[in-house]
Amino acid sequence: MKFIRKQLDGVKHNFEKGGKWEKFYFAFEAFDTFLFVPNTTTGIKGVQVRDAIDMKRLMMTVIIAMVPCLLFGMWNVGQQHFLAIGQVATFSEKFWIGIVKTVPIIVVSYGVGLGIEFLFSALRRHPVNEGFLVTGMLIPLVMPADIPLWQVAIATAFSVVIGKEAFGGTGMNVVNIALTARAFLYFAYPTDISGEVWTYLGEGAKTVAGYSGATPLAVAAASTGNVVSDLGEFGKSWGANGMYSFSNMFWGAMPGCIGETSTLMCLIGAAILIATGVGSWKIIVSVFAGALGMGLFVNLVGANPFTQLPAHYHLVMGGLAFGAVFMATDPVTAAHTETGKWYYGALIGVFTVLIRVFNPAYPEGIMLAILLMNVFAPLIDYFVVSANKKRRLQRATV
Amino acid sequence: MGKYIRLKKGFNINLLGKAAPKITQAEQAETFVVKPTDFMGIYMPKPVVKEGDSVKAGSPLFHDKKHENVLYAAPVSGEIVEIKRGEKRKLLEIKILADKKVEYDQFRKYSISEIGNLSVSDVKNQMLKGGVWPTIVQRPFGVIADPALTPKAIHISAFDTHPLAPDYSILFRGQDQAFQAGIDILRKFSPAIHVNVHTTSEISTVFSQVKGVEVNKFSGPHPAGCVGIQIHHIDPINKGDIVWTLNPYGVIQIGKLFMNGVYDASRVIAVTGSEVKEPQYYKTYTGASIKKFIENNLTNEHVRFISGNVLTGSRIEKDGHLGFYDQQLTVLPEGDQYEFLGWIGLGTKKLSFQRAFGLLSFLTPAKEFRLNTNSNGEERAFVQTGVFEKVTPIDILPTHLLKSILAEDLDEMEALGIYEVIEEDFALCEFVDVSKHNVQEILRDGIELIQNS
Repeated sequence: MKFIRKQLDGVKHNFEKGGKWEKFYFAFEAFDTFLFVPNTTTGIKGVQVRDAIDMKRLMMTVIIAMVPCLLFGMWNVGQQHFLAIGQVATFSEKFWIGIVKTVPIIVVSYGVGLGIEFLFSALRRHPVNEGFLVTGMLIPLVMPADIPLWQVAIATAFSVVIGKEAFGGTGMNVVNIALTARAFLYFAYPTDISGEVWTYLGEGAKTVAGYSGATPLAVAAASTGNVVSDLGEFGKSWGANGMYSFSNMFWGAMPGCIGETSTLMCLIGAAILIATGVGSWKIIVSVFAGALGMGLFVNLVGANPFTQLPAHYHLVMGGLAFGAVFMATDPVTAAHTETGKWYYGALIGVFTVLIRVFNPAYPEGIMLAILLMNVFAPLIDYFVVSANKKRRLQRATV
Repeated sequence: MGKYIRLKKGFNINLLGKAAPKITQAEQAETFVVKPTDFMGIYMPKPVVKEGDSVKAGSPLFHDKKHENVLYAAPVSGEIVEIKRGEKRKLLEIKILADKKVEYDQFRKYSISEIGNLSVSDVKNQMLKGGVWPTIVQRPFGVIADPALTPKAIHISAFDTHPLAPDYSILFRGQDQAFQAGIDILRKFSPAIHVNVHTTSEISTVFSQVKGVEVNKFSGPHPAGCVGIQIHHIDPINKGDIVWTLNPYGVIQIGKLFMNGVYDASRVIAVTGSEVKEPQYYKTYTGASIKKFIENNLTNEHVRFISGNVLTGSRIEKDGHLGFYDQQLTVLPEGDQYEFLGWIGLGTKKLSFQRAFGLLSFLTPAKEFRLNTNSNGEERAFVQTGVFEKVTPIDILPTHLLKSILAEDLDEMEALGIYEVIEEDFALCEFVDVSKHNVQEILRDGIELIQNS
């Protein structure tokens, strides 16, 4: 350790003011502080000791919470692949396919995103913020396994530059960065990220007879009769019997984005986030409650077959759980007030179901619901803060 | 009957090195200083003594240029050995080489019954001349009270919840009479005097037997002991209100000025911290040099000396002096070391309010920690994690208030309650901040901005 420290101290002066690589000071600082917690101490005035937490540890906690989703997603990529081409495979063969398909996406996402972060840190003279460590992992988890890598690169670049840096960098962005990347692809290259694209089939591979790569949301949206029995029928003809039963959708062995399919894994992630206090339990709970409530409400309205879907099905289909746990809880883009978080989460749940059942163009609603509420979160906060101010004013006049 | 207020939000920072409950008479410190920088809101202090002058305890050293009648007095008798100035000739400190035996300037003495008959202006005059006025801190803004204004209420926090804080029942033992006299004097300014005590600790008779005040009870962790938090729950400060706050020490000093006719700056201080061999209480005077307390009393050479506590105190040198309001010296190890991958390691040695991965201190809430002064991370962009709200037990939104200060939005600052808080009320926010900002400094900037607008 001392050797590494010595090497770092040896080159440090080049990056400091007046040094030959002065421009890259913050890039150097990022590496340096990654390896070593710096020797900075508290100031003359103010607190003399500081809490042990820092931004790196906070972000790392979120990444750890995502690991179950990632590992399950890797296995599921292989599982769906072999199911679709009708081959029997071992666990490790499935997992291997997952690694082969997923790791390049992760590498591209981190590579492009961190590259831009470092570039901006040099241009704008601000430290490299650790926020991208989370974003860089979220982006692959909301991509289909078969997404072209150049699209991942463009989407990441777009979201970091336009979604974040244009607004002033970390902590200032209005909409969730990872969702911006996905929304960008959704509107720019819809053929690669909607429809039956979720299962990796392989170059020229033959699918089993009767194969369909439709997601449960697509099946439900296309249903003309009883939604639950249509979901139950799915896959019977090609060996994927019961894939869209409630319990299997909860478990998550079904087509979808790499990380989003398993509600169970998302709940493990939620447990980690809540236990560590890093994610807001209020938001997670209220998204689920909002979706459940709206699901029950549309049951009563009953305008089309999809509205008749039992409300609890909404919670395990598509990316609702993943969105609720990892996207909606982003502290920067969520409502900032504690009261506001309840409204913010509940409205995400409500809009998700609303978009799902009434809008045939967008079978998945969670992405748009979160982006929409990201935009409205400041308004929710505005009302909560106004109420706080009003209490103070009333007190003064009594 | 006073109120009973239960506070839930907050955090007690348990540190190693709590003072043992005994008072030792150490060898008297050689030098004492008064630092004008300790007094918030003081405007261009002007010294009235020269180097080489001799003073008695209670003799004026300097005064405020705006309020010339507020005098700042010498704590002990002796010779002025140094008048230290900084940039632009700013007065930094006046140092006194103490006499072996303290001699006092004599002010008028009053019997208990005479005190009852004194008028407000008589009382005010003696307090201003007698050097005890600066013990009164005025809210909003936490500045030295303006003698021209009358407060709507006076609040006295009779307990300290700061890390390693001294026990007030030890600091003020046997001062019942002086405290009562001080209260009687203060009642002339406002009949609404609140003495706020904590439920869990034993309440000293100084506070439980006192007459003419409302005794309010508080429960809960730090910052329950911060008087700003208490005022918010008892009788909040609205725009235009003037409220005074005093430490019990100030009340006792006022009482003694009238009872004994002297400016009595003797006080008990707690010498605390993990690096102190024998943390305990000492008898001394305001502004004492810390030299005698740390001689042969440290376990480690590479330390930081803090006048006050670790949340609101300030760093001083090893030949430094305690501040005017500080009744505590804390000695901690310096934290200027690198730590390899220290941001991810599992840790039971580091204290955290939070429970993020690897931070295990929440499992041992009663453990006393040996913390160093490392900032445990670098300054980063303001990310709203909601943690400030968890350590601020008042109906004020800390993040929004701080952001309005950064935006220099005066109307917003006022609407969000800047009149109600000073640095100590937000000190925990600074401790828990993930982005390592200087929250107290930001708040003071905001206060100064609104004060000067």
